[in-house]
Amino acid sequence: MPDMNKQQREQLPTASDEQPQFGSIENPGLMLADEEGTTLEKRGAYAAPEVQGPQSKPRGAWGEAWRELRHNPSFYVSGVLLLFLIFMAFFPGVFTDIDPRHCPILDTNKDPSGDHWFGTNVQGCDVYARTVFGARASIIVGVATTALIVVIGGLIGALSGYFGGWLDTILARVTDIFFGIPLLLAALVFMSSFKDRTVWTVVAALGIFGWMQIARIMRGSVITVKKSDYVVAARALGAGTGRILGRHVLPNAIAPVIVVATISLGTFIATEATLSFLGIGLPPTEISWGADISSATTALRDSPYQLIFPSIFLSVTVFSFILLGDAVRDALDPKLR
Amino acid sequence: MAESSNGATAADLRKVVQPVAQGEPILQVRGLVKHFPITQGILFQKKIGAVKAVDGVTFDLMKGETLGLVGESGCGKSTVARLLMNLESITKGSVLYKGDDLAKLSGRALKAVRRNIQMVFQDPYTSLNPRMTVADIVGEPYDIHPEVAPRGDRKRRVQELLDLVGLNPEHINRYPHQFSGGQRQRIGIARGLALNPEIIIADEPVSALDVSVQAQVVNLLEKLQNELGLSYLFIAHDLSVVRHISDRVAVMYLGRIAEIGTDAQIYDHPTHPYTQALLSAVPVPDPDGREHRERIILTGDVPSPANPPSGCRFRTRCWKAQDICAEQEPLLQIRTGLDGLAAHDSACHFAEEKDIVGAS
Repeated sequence: MPDMNKQQREQLPTASDEQPQFGSIENPGLMLADEEGTTLEKRGAYAAPEVQGPQSKPRGAWGEAWRELRHNPSFYVSGVLLLFLIFMAFFPGVFTDIDPRHCPILDTNKDPSGDHWFGTNVQGCDVYARTVFGARASIIVGVATTALIVVIGGLIGALSGYFGGWLDTILARVTDIFFGIPLLLAALVFMSSFKDRTVWTVVAALGIFGWMQIARIMRGSVITVKKSDYVVAARALGAGTGRILGRHVLPNAIAPVIVVATISLGTFIATEATLSFLGIGLPPTEISWGADISSATTALRDSPYQLIFPSIFLSVTVFSFILLGDAVRDALDPKLR
Repeated sequence: MAESSNGATAADLRKVVQPVAQGEPILQVRGLVKHFPITQGILFQKKIGAVKAVDGVTFDLMKGETLGLVGESGCGKSTVARLLMNLESITKGSVLYKGDDLAKLSGRALKAVRRNIQMVFQDPYTSLNPRMTVADIVGEPYDIHPEVAPRGDRKRRVQELLDLVGLNPEHINRYPHQFSGGQRQRIGIARGLALNPEIIIADEPVSALDVSVQAQVVNLLEKLQNELGLSYLFIAHDLSVVRHISDRVAVMYLGRIAEIGTDAQIYDHPTHPYTQALLSAVPVPDPDGREHRERIILTGDVPSPANPPSGCRFRTRCWKAQDICAEQEPLLQIRTGLDGLAAHDSACHFAEEKDIVGAS
């Protein structure tokens, strides 16, 4: 941080230009060097940092993290990949003119060619088109589920950490109970109770059974922050619970939650694919990588491409989110490096 | 000061407040007690005892004076500060602000009184929210007490406060980590002054700072006291800092006040054995004086505040202790047979003047 140093160097004179030493107990007069003199000197000195120009623009803790992030190559790699994938999810028409639901049965199990870049599947649908259109389900499930677990887990963790006592005891036990349920199993049971399954059913299933880690991290983080002096200072000023939580505790406790949420985003995408693979995720009418991978397994020996291409896209998406999570963690918590 | 607490700007407050007549108490603390329960069990907690952190503390804070509160770690001086700030509930006793018992006030009246008592914290590195700008930190009191300053006026007020504490008013958009320790403490002081309080409780405000910066901050506090007519309760364990800034000094030991008096009375004419022992531990820069003074070395540790000794709390470590010390609790009063500066409140059955620092 070269410009930080510059700033500090220029602030140094202000800090050290006043010299009085504390006198001994017998001679307290010694420490009273001068008061007016130092004040005037200071008035002159504190104008100094102004000449630094616009690059000394103040940067908060979030700003520092953003700057850190911009110096991290893995942020660029994952960022470019994710922008590409998100663009693909929302504007699939830009990438292909082929209708993924147009499946002439005569074209079954074709190898990649000029007409079908990734080949065709058992029903003759174009694998490239299906892969492009399948991105939407994965991205929506990943982002929406993560948002949901941050809200549920963050709320439960913040409440139990901040208020403690019996509320904490109850919420901690509830969290433990949910922790005991395997995510995939619970999602299977949850999904099978719905007749019409959509992307949002998957989001609900994963969100309801996936928030516990966030809650625990939030709780620990809030407990650390609520003991800090600036929270005590806010209480001493007479701040209410809402202000203390919203202005002081949460902004300082959220960083580890963001990191874990970004990393788990990738795993939710993988879980959605697993559910679809098992046949309990999205219905066959929806296009998703998991469902396509599942149906491709039957033709694995004759036509492996219809399995390989969606799998690559799935892996790259999950990898990108995890890489982004790592970069965010490095930026928000430099101690971990 | 009370009449200027609303609508007055820091510039108005600059006018030198006339020295007030001593003897007008602004804060009266009477028999203040704080016991922290010791509990056992996880789900069904059972009280098995109490840490008597503060156990019957009585003192007055006069208008415009600085009362120093000294004592070793764990003697309860910070708990006194937290009780006065309403950060802990009072177990027993009362705090009277200009005659009003804080425990009997509630709602808006309490909030209005609270505004007049503000705090400066020990560690300037942890007492400022790292994710807020200086403008937000110093201006937060106005968000909590919107009646003090109209919204459009706040930025100007924050800048005036920064100027008042010797910081560049242009720096309001900076974050705490861009300042040095001494500058951060100035930000903390500016926050404490935002509501134009009459009383500042400073809990070890300089002990986290370098010695040279300590002097700056102490001088700033004195300058602000002269300009704004503040009353300070100055908590510290550095005896020379306390002597420098205080008009009166109270010495605490194990949740009680051992001795209280003016700085000359306490430092030059201590009568309580604990005060004498404390003073004898202060480094003396004069080698000649060092050789000729007596060092009182106390034996043993401070007893547990969960189970303090009967009678006089200091008797377990006191060289003067006799049977009466275990049976009868010494009251904080002027002892007979002492005159001149030695005649001040001392909680010792055998209070006796002893010149420790060789000042006389």
